[in-house]
Amino acid sequence: MEGSRTDFVVRLAGESGEGVLSLGEMLTTALARLGYEVYTFRTYPAEIKGGTVLYQVRVADHVLLSYGSHVDVFVALNEEGYHDNISSLRPGGTLIYDSDNVPTHELPDHCVIPIPIGTIAKRDIGSVLTKNVVALGAILRYLGAPVEAGEHIAEQTFKRKGEEVVQKNFQALHAGYNYVAQYVDCLKPWLGGVERVNPDRLIINGNEALALGAIQGGLMFYAGYPITPATDIMEALAPILPRFGGVVMQAEDEIAALGMVLGASYAGKRAMTATSGPGFSLMVEQINLAAQAEIPAVIVDVQRGGASTGLPTKSSQGDLNLALYGVHNEAPRVVMAPTSVEDTFYLIQHALNIAERYQLPVIFLSDQSLAHRRCTIPKPDLGRVPRWERLLPDENSRNGEYARYAITETGISPMALPGMRGFAYTATGIEHNEYSDPTYTPENLQAMKGKRFRKLQHLNEHFGEQFVRIWGDPDGADVGIIGWGSTEGVIREAMQMAQREGVRAAALYPKILMPLPVRIIEEFASKVKRVLVPEANFTGEFAAYLRSQTGIQPISYARDTGLPLDPEEVKAEILRVARM
Amino acid sequence: MAEVQTISVETQVIQRQPKDYKSDLEPIWCPGCGDYGVLNALFKAMSQLNLDPDQTVLVSGIGCSSRLPGFVVTYGFHGVHGRVLPVATGIKLANPELTVIGVGGDGDGYSIGMGHFPHAARRNIDITYIVMNNQIYGLTKGQTSPTSTLGFQTKTTPFGSVEGQINPLQLAIVSGATFVARGYSGMPNQLAKIFVEAIQHPGFALVDVYSPCVTFNKVQTYDFFKGRVYEIPETHDPTDKFAALRLAEEEDPFPIGILYRVQHPTLDEQVALLKQKAYTPNPSVEQLLKRYQ
Repeated sequence: MEGSRTDFVVRLAGESGEGVLSLGEMLTTALARLGYEVYTFRTYPAEIKGGTVLYQVRVADHVLLSYGSHVDVFVALNEEGYHDNISSLRPGGTLIYDSDNVPTHELPDHCVIPIPIGTIAKRDIGSVLTKNVVALGAILRYLGAPVEAGEHIAEQTFKRKGEEVVQKNFQALHAGYNYVAQYVDCLKPWLGGVERVNPDRLIINGNEALALGAIQGGLMFYAGYPITPATDIMEALAPILPRFGGVVMQAEDEIAALGMVLGASYAGKRAMTATSGPGFSLMVEQINLAAQAEIPAVIVDVQRGGASTGLPTKSSQGDLNLALYGVHNEAPRVVMAPTSVEDTFYLIQHALNIAERYQLPVIFLSDQSLAHRRCTIPKPDLGRVPRWERLLPDENSRNGEYARYAITETGISPMALPGMRGFAYTATGIEHNEYSDPTYTPENLQAMKGKRFRKLQHLNEHFGEQFVRIWGDPDGADVGIIGWGSTEGVIREAMQMAQREGVRAAALYPKILMPLPVRIIEEFASKVKRVLVPEANFTGEFAAYLRSQTGIQPISYARDTGLPLDPEEVKAEILRVARM
Repeated sequence: MAEVQTISVETQVIQRQPKDYKSDLEPIWCPGCGDYGVLNALFKAMSQLNLDPDQTVLVSGIGCSSRLPGFVVTYGFHGVHGRVLPVATGIKLANPELTVIGVGGDGDGYSIGMGHFPHAARRNIDITYIVMNNQIYGLTKGQTSPTSTLGFQTKTTPFGSVEGQINPLQLAIVSGATFVARGYSGMPNQLAKIFVEAIQHPGFALVDVYSPCVTFNKVQTYDFFKGRVYEIPETHDPTDKFAALRLAEEEDPFPIGILYRVQHPTLDEQVALLKQKAYTPNPSVEQLLKRYQ
């Protein structure tokens, strides 16, 4: 995109169930292993087979912040995919298409490469299943990558199915590779040389980073119910958490999942569940129980598009209100939002820490675009997040009756675990006094609510600002962006683009949204000329929240399309706001 | 291992009496409520097993009977309506050493919580589940329940209930529960014996207890049960699933005792085996991250 540096976008579109996603993942991993930075986005229909799948990978020799705005190389594997996406291909870009499935198109402004992918797979290789590997070979050759990059990933992908399958796929890979080498005269060296392959970078997606981060954070109990796009968290944990002595349970529904988590946490284990909006809705009652009975729990909501069934496979930031306010009466909870794949690995450890230390529910708002974003990240620093432990009573110095809910300055009271001698108590959702006895007096309710909410205050005063990231210099900036969650990379890229057009922007991202670090947000807002709040939902939930919690009157830019925000559109909005 | 293991010498075994399990909280139940009989039978059973209160957890939901954990000196978890079984499952899996006993009413267990009941049974989680079945909603002052009889008149069914009943015993048996019994709070000694067997049973043990609501249920009263209950004779083979199902079908008189008892691997045993299967020496996140290089 810029200068002679490597930076381009490949988009794949094809029939769901035909291996487009695995083609995308193989291509991405192959390029990442050559040393390039990658950043992907995928969207697919909710049906297992049928409909069009889209997989986009941006490839560069420098760190990437978004999946890009324009498509440089478009690979169309079915006709519907062709029609839906051809307008995104930039002038001068390249179209590669499966000539068995897509009718011939004349595109004077583009380089066009028809490949009979199905015919090659069926006639030359003898297996129509190898179609996506034929395509992989063709794309790698077109981009100028060595064939070995494809062999490596094909071997890894098909090893489990036996040597014969590996060989078939090698043939397919070479057939696609050679086809392009022979017949195409518009080859272009998309891939400039990379200086060196950095072994300290990983190629990983948001859900995988979350699962591994949770294990690093001491997770010992997970219960969940399958729901797109959160299911892969449970699938990632199931084979590995038991190695660490932990338990993974598939519950009968989301209510049971959180019930099991609260039971396990009450009994002393670091516990978590993950779901998406509809499942999160079912958990709301027990989130209050966790707050009231003061039981640590982490609830991950991988937000998806639309309300009700909505757009299960698409992205949104539409659950903020539910996370902040989804509750009967009032009960303290912490709401956190990771801003990138790398951040997810660390922030989930903090989420577990905060839940344990403050004995309350922590809601962790990821989303589909972040969960399925596969990208290169620096190898994580496993020592970065120190472990916080739950405060237990001292078994050797018990004075009188054990006060499970002792009123303290911080609001945190020592929590006994079943099995501890002499500390038996009943954890309860009913309003209770310090000794956990049901108590209905007005004075007690005031005191207990005060105690529980003081935990949020303590967290905010002592740690809130550590979880705020500021990009750029807010002093006198034309536009100050306050954002949350997965949009961070896109916003940073949009800021750079605006800068090139003479508009200076800065951005602030709080990773703890409740309690909101109001002081630092107001300070940031006071330094900039105008405040803009971009978010991927329809009503501007975060902007409304900021208005209610601070003295700021931000300009809301809320777009709910099922897709992540686009750097170009955000840049345009920054310019518009700057020139208001 | 060359280390010498030191054996803790706790030679003095304390024999706990039923009253030792009673907490300072006085039950909030109406005078004559069947739940007193259940609580006393539970105290007796706990004393007979000499259960360590610090190693025992009582889990409940919402309803009159769900207040029970507060009246016992063990650990307790008084959660939300209908979620006894998931919470109890989480506790047992987190610490299999604990004795976990779920308690609640027919509304909590068989209505709002019914979605969890067959799953707890099929998992055969090693917990005891005591349902105080009064065939009515008591805490909300008299509405129909899933165990109310057809035609039963309540405030929400003034013309008589138009719905059939759930048979929790049969449902438990066909769902995979490995211990299924029925008790009656008017037969406290026998109820204590059932509790002893249920708590000792390795696996999911359901004890459905007829526990009359003296305030709101004017049909299934103590008088009603007089002459309508009988102890299951010793000739019954509790390992015979079909005999158990037939017994569970009987009404008037109602059989009281252990209908079904078999042994299958429990969920906690299976999870322990799974951990062995997954065993890897010195697992580390460092190692796991290599896959992503």
